[in-house]
Amino acid sequence: MKLRVTPRNVFVVALLAMLVLLPVYSSVTGNTFMVTLFTRIIILAIAAVSLNLIMGFGGMVSFGHAAYLGIGGYVVGILAKEGISSGFIQWPLALVISGLFALGVGALSLRTRGVYFIMITLAFAQMVYYVANGLDRYGGDDGLTIQRRSDFGGLIDLSNRTVFYYLCLALLLATVYLVWRLINSRFGLVIQGARSNERRMRAIGFPTFRYKLTCFVIAGVLCGLAGVLLANHTNFISPALMHWTRSGDLIVMAVLGGMGTVIGPVIGAVALLVLEETLPHMIGFVSRVVTGQEVAAAKEYWQLILGPMLLLIVIYARGGIEGLISGRRRG
Amino acid sequence: MADTLLKIDGLTKRFGGVLASDNVVLDVTAGELHAIIGPNGAGKTTLIGQLSGEIAPDSGRVHFDGRDITALPVYTRSALGLARSFQITSLFLDFTALDNVALAVQAHAGHSFHFWQDARDESALREPARAALARAGLSARENEIVANMSHGEHRQLELAMALATKPRMLLLDEPMAGLGPEESARMVQTLRELKRELTILLIEHDMEAVFALADRISVLVYGRVIASGAPDAIRANAEVRQAYLGEQEAVTHV
Repeated sequence: MKLRVTPRNVFVVALLAMLVLLPVYSSVTGNTFMVTLFTRIIILAIAAVSLNLIMGFGGMVSFGHAAYLGIGGYVVGILAKEGISSGFIQWPLALVISGLFALGVGALSLRTRGVYFIMITLAFAQMVYYVANGLDRYGGDDGLTIQRRSDFGGLIDLSNRTVFYYLCLALLLATVYLVWRLINSRFGLVIQGARSNERRMRAIGFPTFRYKLTCFVIAGVLCGLAGVLLANHTNFISPALMHWTRSGDLIVMAVLGGMGTVIGPVIGAVALLVLEETLPHMIGFVSRVVTGQEVAAAKEYWQLILGPMLLLIVIYARGGIEGLISGRRRG
Repeated sequence: MADTLLKIDGLTKRFGGVLASDNVVLDVTAGELHAIIGPNGAGKTTLIGQLSGEIAPDSGRVHFDGRDITALPVYTRSALGLARSFQITSLFLDFTALDNVALAVQAHAGHSFHFWQDARDESALREPARAALARAGLSARENEIVANMSHGEHRQLELAMALATKPRMLLLDEPMAGLGPEESARMVQTLRELKRELTILLIEHDMEAVFALADRISVLVYGRVIASGAPDAIRANAEVRQAYLGEQEAVTHV
């Protein structure tokens, strides 16, 4: 495949170069905060890409996707607490449990559509949320500190910040590539066909349910992986990992970045989390210039800026930021 | 030629107080083009829905090629070779024409749990799809997004998709609906070619087309088959004239 020089491709390559070079910048300037911030962004981008697989390509709007972040995280946390810190046990187990949970949720929710589908996925996520709240042995609603990151013997040292950053970035790129192959395969065309016109898919001979369910499970496993990484990143798990507003954040990332392409949610994750980080500072700066003094309270209102920005994107650029850059409109 | 391919035995479907199918009995012989006509609301589309499996009948059986398919889901019937087209165009609007037909081919080319290879590069899917597009006269438009195509082209594409599933029998629900005279003529020509190789059950309002194409015609009124026979016999049937043809004449003379 030849890469053409378009504004969109230039943007994506620039973003990629920025992500690859970030730790270098960070070690030169001594600014470790950037690496920490972008590790988090990359992990949530994996979650957003996995959500977009079912939402953007499959038309299945899951409002409970953060549940898999929680499941992935809690498997790591609980095993660590019980003295099993081997990543070779933690990671596969986390992915399997995420997949099984997705299988259960999907088997029920995929029989419904529209708002009922959204409600069922939300209900399951809330169930897991409250179960986590009730796990007193593992911190209940206070959460649990993970003493040791996943241990892969001498293979890879996750407690090294730069190593962990590159591992997350590699897994993000692998996820994007996997999803890209997936959506262009026979399987992916069935999923997109079912989003476009499920009735017709059945009429031409596709048992759509089993394909959608498989897709739902794949997305769950990928998001479970993001949960595993997030727990290792923060060394901490709590029910907040899977609060329903987190599921909303993931939806916002996909919509903001653009649901029409695999890379869109990555752009959305970067945009949303960078804005979340910088808007309070910008507001603080503007309020200082205007009033001549520090107005701490003004910083609280950064979402007042973010909200209208989201509105504009949704109304005027249905393809999200990605669509805006590539000059393509969707819907 | 005398084999019965599709056997409809006493199909009854009730929606609330409305009897949409009233003990429908109908045989479609292999190789024939069997048309079903009837006034609006006679239950034609409901009948097609029960044959394709989207609507479950209250009672009665449907046999396809000697096999009882009454309880089979839509996709299994499609796999057996029973293909339907839709009265209201039902396509994948955000896909290209070729993608639409290739999906129909894919549906009958084994399972689709292939996760890696680019399906748009698979000639096993693309070539039969191109052939079906060519038969429907859409070769020049294969890379057009379907949403940008005309209504007439949509009807042709509907047909191409039904053909691409390599069916033994086509259930066509008003393929001429909304077509201009020229497009209609082209559709009649296409159907005439198709009926040489396929058994077709045709629901159609365009009487000219029906009498030009059909080997046999059944007349459905209020969910009941009131007559069934060769076109000439139907034209001569007094009950049909009164219930249907006469009524239409009266309408056209207003």
